[in-house]
Amino acid sequence: MKPAVIVFPASNCDRDAAVAIEKICGVKPFMVWHGDSTLPDVDLIVIPGGFSFGDYLRCGAMAARSPVMREVVDRANKGTPVLGICNGFQVLTEAGLLPGALMMNSHLKFVCKDVALKVESNQSMFTSAYQTGEVVKYTVAHHEGNYFADDATLDQIEQNGQVAFRYLDNPNGARNDIAGIFNKERNVLGLMPHPERMIERDLGGDDGARMFESLVASL
Amino acid sequence: MKARVHVTLKSGVLDPQGRAIQHTLGSLGFGGVSDVRQGKYLELDLAETDREAAERSVKDMCEKLLANTVIENYSIDLVE
Repeated sequence: MKPAVIVFPASNCDRDAAVAIEKICGVKPFMVWHGDSTLPDVDLIVIPGGFSFGDYLRCGAMAARSPVMREVVDRANKGTPVLGICNGFQVLTEAGLLPGALMMNSHLKFVCKDVALKVESNQSMFTSAYQTGEVVKYTVAHHEGNYFADDATLDQIEQNGQVAFRYLDNPNGARNDIAGIFNKERNVLGLMPHPERMIERDLGGDDGARMFESLVASL
Repeated sequence: MKARVHVTLKSGVLDPQGRAIQHTLGSLGFGGVSDVRQGKYLELDLAETDREAAERSVKDMCEKLLANTVIENYSIDLVE
């Protein structure tokens, strides 16, 4: 396995992602700076959480146009798995790799707590170690996690089975309780909750570990 | 030439900030406001002197960065 974590100015979960990958996948990821226009030969790209570029203009807007993202989009279109967590999810929608947009939470407050999520499908390299329909516990920490897509797009997402995770108790107003979605080909996953923060029981739970175990099994 | 760009949420996209502003206006006694939509205003100083070229270029900027057309509309005013 050859993973990379992309680092933007004001990413703040990049090291958490690296620790999770190293602990569970047993390999140190490349840490790739946003200004680099080349990516090493990798088989997994992680866009971490944080507040890239201070959330200027829109969350993820600047990061999605940074030099390294041209290469990320290109690799994703060629089938390389890309995982976007929290701000990474926002970056992936802004980059056009995932449909919809993440808007300000409907209650206008930052939300930071553990949430229960239903795994909508284990038919992906990100979720194969879960059971479809299983309820898991991840953490959310965001101000702009309110997933929005217009009716037609939402219908398509549902029909294609692109919803990966759904909230049991919606913390942000997301349409259809969506917490995470795949692209059509299921090699790109974006989600607001943080699997990388749930890899050890001592830290509140280890349900997130299985996302990385799924990746190990398929890469 | 200056470009004045307004970026607004599309109709049908909820605007909780707008609603909070409307609510606060109400509590200040401004009861006659039936809806508030919050948007962004950007002013760009352009080197371009040709109006048509400027409009094309700013439209391209809006599509590529200034607006997220999944949720937002934009309008452009050019001022000599």
